[in-house]
Amino acid sequence: MATGIFTRSFNNDWIGPGLVSLFAVVGISIAQPSFLSPFNIFVLLSAVSVNMVIALGQLVIIAIGQMNLALGAFGGLVAISFVALMELYGVPPYVALLIGLAIGTVAGMASGYVIARSGISAFIITLAGLQIFKGINLGITEAQPFYGVPQSVRDFGNVTMIGPVPWLVVPMILASVGMWYLLNRMRIGRYILAVGNNPHAAELSGINQRGTITWAHGISGLLAAVGGMMLVAKLQIGQPTIGDDWLISSFAAPVIGGAVLSGGHVSVAGTFFGVVIIAIITQALVLFNIDPFLVQVVLGGLILWAVGINRWRELRVAKLQAQGQ
Amino acid sequence: MNQSHLSPDSPGDSTMPALGRGSVFMRVMLSNEFGLTVLIAVTFLFFASFLPGFASKFNLFTMGRQIGIDTMIGLAMMAVIVTGGLDLSVGAIGVGAAMVFGYLSQILGVPLAMAIPCALAFGAALGFINGAAVVRTGVHSFIITLASMSIFFGVMIFLTKAQAFNQLPLVVPEFGKMKLAGIISPLLVISLLVCAGLSLFYRFTTLGRSMLAAGANSKAAKLSGIRTARVIAACHTLTGALAALAGLMLTARTGAAIPSMAGQLGQDWLLPAFLAPVLGGTLLSGGRVSVVGTLLGASFVAVMTKGLLLMRIGEFWILACLGTMLLLAVLTDKTRQSVLRNRGMV
Repeated sequence: MATGIFTRSFNNDWIGPGLVSLFAVVGISIAQPSFLSPFNIFVLLSAVSVNMVIALGQLVIIAIGQMNLALGAFGGLVAISFVALMELYGVPPYVALLIGLAIGTVAGMASGYVIARSGISAFIITLAGLQIFKGINLGITEAQPFYGVPQSVRDFGNVTMIGPVPWLVVPMILASVGMWYLLNRMRIGRYILAVGNNPHAAELSGINQRGTITWAHGISGLLAAVGGMMLVAKLQIGQPTIGDDWLISSFAAPVIGGAVLSGGHVSVAGTFFGVVIIAIITQALVLFNIDPFLVQVVLGGLILWAVGINRWRELRVAKLQAQGQ
Repeated sequence: MNQSHLSPDSPGDSTMPALGRGSVFMRVMLSNEFGLTVLIAVTFLFFASFLPGFASKFNLFTMGRQIGIDTMIGLAMMAVIVTGGLDLSVGAIGVGAAMVFGYLSQILGVPLAMAIPCALAFGAALGFINGAAVVRTGVHSFIITLASMSIFFGVMIFLTKAQAFNQLPLVVPEFGKMKLAGIISPLLVISLLVCAGLSLFYRFTTLGRSMLAAGANSKAAKLSGIRTARVIAACHTLTGALAALAGLMLTARTGAAIPSMAGQLGQDWLLPAFLAPVLGGTLLSGGRVSVVGTLLGASFVAVMTKGLLLMRIGEFWILACLGTMLLLAVLTDKTRQSVLRNRGMV
């Protein structure tokens, strides 16, 4: 049955990356036992937590069939605003956190609104957004970091919760479950996927396209804000360069997780394993003393590999469908 | 500067056939090139009259040199926007080619007449890899070039160990400092020549016209016998070669081939790469290019940047200004198009 195959292959998005992660963990820990040391697990989980939140920020935009180049710029601006509020104005961390989330959401919604209203490609609008927000960031900080991160925030990023598990996994779990719930159970999530799948059909069936696009970008901005503030906690410093290197990895993880770039189909669990694979490879390169510059090459190679696999799966599904009919 | 006497309707800038009912005068008035020329003239006069050193010989020289390089970066991106694609890896290709050039001429002592074509061919080859990957997989060029940007840059940094080639033959930095007639940089002259060549290419050659046709309507182009896959691969190859040329020009200006001269992963080129063609009226959906518009776009950006710098607005805020400019440019273009449509001129 065609529908059976479709559902099955769609449900199976995370199995491939999941198996790859498993084999990688087993293989590397046999070759290098220190890989599974508590400290290394802590480092690995911290990296996975931050990168997962960032990847989800891109995932929601991929779901709607667009791209967000400004993700890192949002995250960077929120990160330095968060620290600046606490350092310069003595705002308590919780209030600064809320303000940071608000900045991210508003910035995201603003760029979403411009995209939805003008109908200009998200690429060019978010490219402009990237320069604007990055410029504001550097204009405020003059490329100097803020050091006044309170102890409570530092602890959140560097203290373990249970065993080697860092506190940073809490926002990651909240964001992942929230994103899954949003995309699978909530009306706005279904609208996002519908618009991504077929904007014309979505509009004909009465979905408010402009509102949906604006909201999707708002959620993306919110997640970028969370990611930026998690990095502040992890690095214990308000670096203006936060977000500069998010672009490649934020696309790599969802694509490895089976997301269709034209929109309408994404997988939260698949993205999680995509993030895990990237983290493991980055760590392994360090453990085996391989030139860290090669991380970029590996990331690019992973994207191409994942795109190839996704393409092959699409073709196979189409073939099986043709046979079934 | 020479941008004031670049007439808006010089050959090659309007690749769309004149279809509308509106008068020629109105069409010219509403054309991007005319608007830009006026804008450049106004901003130039404004800065020249209020900022003392703005119209100085040295400032005009550096501005012209900047225009030359930014135009080339813009043309590199334009060549691939033609078919509705894009290439995030222009910066990585440009720096990669510059490093190949540095290696050939500094380490191996290859004469410039050999090293320059080799570097250009290297850029074209990287572009061809992008194009072949896009055509073979059918995946959008955004994601392919996102991956290849990471790969090209990573391999380049790995091989060079992030070290610059700063013992290039003396001719290279001297070429970057050379002044023709006291104010004109030869880098600007190269860009003008390439502009002229590309205008003729898109207007009169089969390949150039095929590129435009494939970009305007790929299905129709295919049905009329154009091998769109080959044409798209050719566009990416051209982009690679132009990016390599831009990388070499930047090398001449800085006097050394530096791995970080286009920023992390070559991302610093993305803004000039899109800003110039988009300001100049190249459609992002493909099918229409404006070579002269790209030149004017780069000129406008250079005049604005220089002016704002001389007004002592912090370097970082200029980034935000340029981003805003890109946003305003696309929004204005949208409005202009709807005006044209309402008047039945398109």
